[in-house]
Amino acid sequence: MNAFTTASPTPLPAREPGDDDPSVGTPSPSRPRRWRRTAAGVAIAAPLILGGCNFYPSYGASRGATTQGQDTFKLYSGMMTTGIIIGVFVAALILFTILRYRRRSEEMPKQFHESIPIEILYTGIPVLVVAFLFLFTVLTENKVDATVPVNATVTSTGTPVEHVKVTAFQWGWRFDYPDHNVSIAGDVTNGPGGHGPQMVLPAGETVQVTLVSNDVIHGFYVRDFNFSRYALPGVVNVFDLDIIHTGTYNGQCTQICGLYHSEMLFSVRAVTPAGFQTWLAGEVANGHTLQRQPPNAANTPPAYTHVTPSNALAAPSSKKGSL
Amino acid sequence: MTTTIESPDRIEPEEPGGPDAHGPGGHGPVEHEHEHEHGHEHHGPTGILNWLTSTDHKVIGKSYMITSLVLFFISGTMALVIRGQLANPTSSLVNFQTYNELFTMHGSLMLYLFAGPFAFGGLANYIVPLQVGAPDMAFPRLNALSYWLYLGGSSMMTLSFVVAGGAASFGWVAYAPLSNSINSPGAGTDMWLMSLGLTGFSAIFTGVNLVATIFYLRAPGMTMFRVPIFSWNMLVTGILILIAFPVLFGAVVMLFCDRHFGTHIYSVQGGGVPVLWQHLFWFFGHPEVYILALPYFGIVTDIIPVFSRKPLFGYRGMVFATLSIAALSTGVWAHHMFTTGVVLLPFFSLLSYLIAVPTGIKFFNWIGTMWGGQLSFQTPMLFSMGFLFAFLMGGVTGVLLASPPVDFMTHDTYFVVAHFHQVLIGTTVFAGFAGFYFWYPKMFGRMLDERLGKLHFWFLFVGFWVAFVPQYLLGLRGMPRRIADYLPTNGWTGLNQLSTVGAMVIGFSFLFFFANLVKSWRTPVPAGDNPWDGGALEWFTSSPPPHHNFTHLPPIRSERPTWDYNHPEHRKDESHGEKRHREHEQKETVGASS
Repeated sequence: MNAFTTASPTPLPAREPGDDDPSVGTPSPSRPRRWRRTAAGVAIAAPLILGGCNFYPSYGASRGATTQGQDTFKLYSGMMTTGIIIGVFVAALILFTILRYRRRSEEMPKQFHESIPIEILYTGIPVLVVAFLFLFTVLTENKVDATVPVNATVTSTGTPVEHVKVTAFQWGWRFDYPDHNVSIAGDVTNGPGGHGPQMVLPAGETVQVTLVSNDVIHGFYVRDFNFSRYALPGVVNVFDLDIIHTGTYNGQCTQICGLYHSEMLFSVRAVTPAGFQTWLAGEVANGHTLQRQPPNAANTPPAYTHVTPSNALAAPSSKKGSL
Repeated sequence: MTTTIESPDRIEPEEPGGPDAHGPGGHGPVEHEHEHEHGHEHHGPTGILNWLTSTDHKVIGKSYMITSLVLFFISGTMALVIRGQLANPTSSLVNFQTYNELFTMHGSLMLYLFAGPFAFGGLANYIVPLQVGAPDMAFPRLNALSYWLYLGGSSMMTLSFVVAGGAASFGWVAYAPLSNSINSPGAGTDMWLMSLGLTGFSAIFTGVNLVATIFYLRAPGMTMFRVPIFSWNMLVTGILILIAFPVLFGAVVMLFCDRHFGTHIYSVQGGGVPVLWQHLFWFFGHPEVYILALPYFGIVTDIIPVFSRKPLFGYRGMVFATLSIAALSTGVWAHHMFTTGVVLLPFFSLLSYLIAVPTGIKFFNWIGTMWGGQLSFQTPMLFSMGFLFAFLMGGVTGVLLASPPVDFMTHDTYFVVAHFHQVLIGTTVFAGFAGFYFWYPKMFGRMLDERLGKLHFWFLFVGFWVAFVPQYLLGLRGMPRRIADYLPTNGWTGLNQLSTVGAMVIGFSFLFFFANLVKSWRTPVPAGDNPWDGGALEWFTSSPPPHHNFTHLPPIRSERPTWDYNHPEHRKDESHGEKRHREHEQKETVGASS
């Protein structure tokens, strides 16, 4: 209480054990050498790191089984590379500062507190980096979001278009093929082997997915497509998938939708166009038609529809022309 | 030791807010501090009643801190159960319903009841009046109301576990229509909404108090550009609270009406729009992210100069960076909604990217402050360094998420979970505990143990990376968030187990924290007024400060008046003429005294 009526000298912070560095007083001759060694290390390591992988390192992500997914992957990979370079640079700068300026004496450091040119520099460079990232983002986004017209049967380059209506519900999926009178549905109780219903799609063609929800919000997500979209009640979301390779890709609901959210699995099996036609015929023969009303998946139309900005604004009407 | 330097003249204490203003709570001016203190001791209530009726910002601040830390530990325990559940595929440690309640309450407690209140209710409440040289907050009774609303709201949310139907189970964002009366019929959801209303008002009142205190109760000489950055950030946080929380309150009231009074604001069946909830929620939610982050940036910005023995590099740049982060944060809400397909992507993407610029400025200012300094790594500085690395990785991955296509591929996966845990643990835990270790001596007049503090840090730091780096990879391998189990064939088991080990190490690290508290309580080491050689005004007064904080103040000529007072030969910002004049005067003094 009365401690500050006397101007007692402030106790200095306790020194750390590591501060008793024997190199006190002889730091300057070793400094340039250390710098040079670091620079040499970077010069050797950088080509090894960069050259060891191809132009788009995967950084743990899928390279994409659709053209849209591949575009997204390239953007991701490029941004990741940029981010790693910047992150490693800043982290190295922090580490260097921590090691270089550890307290070695009780000498008072120079009390400088600003440098306008440096501050302008480290404001300007991030603006440029961000501008470039934004540019590539918009270019990729226009490709990923581009859709063929809703009723098109072929794209402008002549690729056939298949239409699939995906209905998400608690807790399962329904896949309708309106052009072929086929409907597949499965929920948490009747998925094959616990993996949910399977959507079969042709590889090498354009698939237009119309995504709706019957109850709450769900997330349509296929990891290898590098894509997810909400199934929103009251909204019809439309997006295109151009699957490149045949194969089976796991999908899952990503948006918490109630008790069995984690069981809302599905898969996509991409087959050749001929195989797709065979599969359709088999499903019709099995009676998996639109007339069959599976439990839990009432074919109720959404209460209203509206055009999404991804249709109205971002997408060029002719998609293949923009690719 | 001979006095070679004349003590700078001390100005007479003045009642902040002008000569006419009476102290908060009707107390007299500070000049007669001692008499008044006597008066308090004799007439005021003591013990528990004193705590219940106190309007002293220091008592309220401590109450806030203790309450929010208790909630932090409750919520952290929930996280450990969640990690336990995910350590094995198809695990049955808890059932689905309990799991959904756990992650909902983990998020709600951490974000609504710990991260914000710990910073703006706890640390800021205690520190801001001291830093700006005020005797108390501008509205002490409102401050007390704020705390009691917070305590009520927090209790309500925590107790919702015991009502029929259990706690809320729709995630901390409560997306409509999952949160409506059909999908979430229990009373737990209503308690969750009520709690948001109560704690929301608590936050608004604290925001009002902070803004008013910093604008109107600054000590003479403390211009806005001499306010320490922690208080600057709290001012901006206060403004953001006033922008964001009323929107949340409105959204919550409408949801409540949907649930109970038959409105159809968020339901498709009645012509409502479910996405409206997301717009309103994130219009609150993204400023909220910075309401949670800015105070912690402020803590670190105050700590680094002290342990570097230098002034902050780029003080004004820091202030403008904070202001631009706040401005941008009100225009980026829809980057949480890219995958809805109903928002205009490029606009929100661009604004989100731009936030990287002021954040980068902050990083370089922190580095610039350390550059050329004499760094010592006591516990507060160590935690600040932990913050720098954690927030760096969280920030870089955040830039990726500003890109809509990359967001499409990672949204609602563990990539996002890892990102925001790195950002939020970086701020609220690393920077938050940096602040706790930094100001604990001021608040309680005793030191915390350095060795235990360092053990706390290193276990936390290692556990943090082990827990969250695997989660990025899990997200990229397709693991969605908020799932209670997964299949062995998914290939997520190993990384999940690694993450769980990291979480356990984080939990373990807090044992050192508790041991530290016990030790400082059992065998107190007196702190003195200024154990770290701090520069801001709170280090000028005693530890803990007297009832109205100051009996007198040093001259305030920069953002670190205590430093200027203790190290008059190492002040910053002296023009050449001033310096020569002072040196001349010093020589005269030395000559006279010898």
